[in-house]
Amino acid sequence: MNVNVQFREDGDLLLGFIEGEIDTYTAPILRDELEMIRLSEGLVVELDLSNVNYMDSTGLGVFVAFYKKIVKENASLKLVNLSARLTRLFEITGLSELMEIEKGGTTNASI
Amino acid sequence: MRAFDYIEIRVPAKPQYVSVIRLTVSGLASRVGFSYDEIEDMKIAVSEAVTNVVQHAYGLHEDGEIVIGVALYADKIEVMVSDYGHSFNFEEVKSQIGPYQEDESVELLREGGLGLYLMETLMDEVRVNNNEGGVTVFMTKYVTREQVKENVQSITR
Repeated sequence: MNVNVQFREDGDLLLGFIEGEIDTYTAPILRDELEMIRLSEGLVVELDLSNVNYMDSTGLGVFVAFYKKIVKENASLKLVNLSARLTRLFEITGLSELMEIEKGGTTNASI
Repeated sequence: MRAFDYIEIRVPAKPQYVSVIRLTVSGLASRVGFSYDEIEDMKIAVSEAVTNVVQHAYGLHEDGEIVIGVALYADKIEVMVSDYGHSFNFEEVKSQIGPYQEDESVELLREGGLGLYLMETLMDEVRVNNNEGGVTVFMTKYVTREQVKENVQSITR
């Protein structure tokens, strides 16, 4: 079980594809990957979570920490292609009210 | 015959075993007849309880253990997660839990502490016992009625 992140840069847009399970064992790996991103004003970071098939509060913690850094640097963050399970996790924790998340349509990824 | 089957698992309090417990409980829950969504909820709740032990119960140089007890009934599952490490004050922890609020300023957002809130939200009952030896979390989840009718034999047979 692992988590893997691949990035693709396109001007002011940085696309990240996250794949795997995010729990207390893999969260540090994800945190390190996100910390390596060079944030600059106006940068838009879009993280695709369609292949995240499990996540709990440790994963939410990583995204919250990253979001705080994004806000501080005047960049922006969008989480996209969330499965119904992931969307539910962001909703019940109230995070969907704070962060920009976009539900995915076609994928069957689950928590 | 006893009304339930009891399974106990004991693992080192290390992060790499959290997924093992989650998958084991998921397998057991499917024997009871829970729906996909119920099982996925339970996986998170159990992971939160086990993660809590891994992160907080033992010091850096202690070799701690986690005991997970699972009781399977015809219509419910009970999961007990126990450590023999340091206790925490449940009331104190509980007063700090809850979902994020829209008006919370970004800098003040908590990066942890959602675990107990998720356990309470995703399970039907959650109780935490602080005894001399350590902390035990008891969680119960009931199968919705339609599913009991279909799957009740998997446990009582």
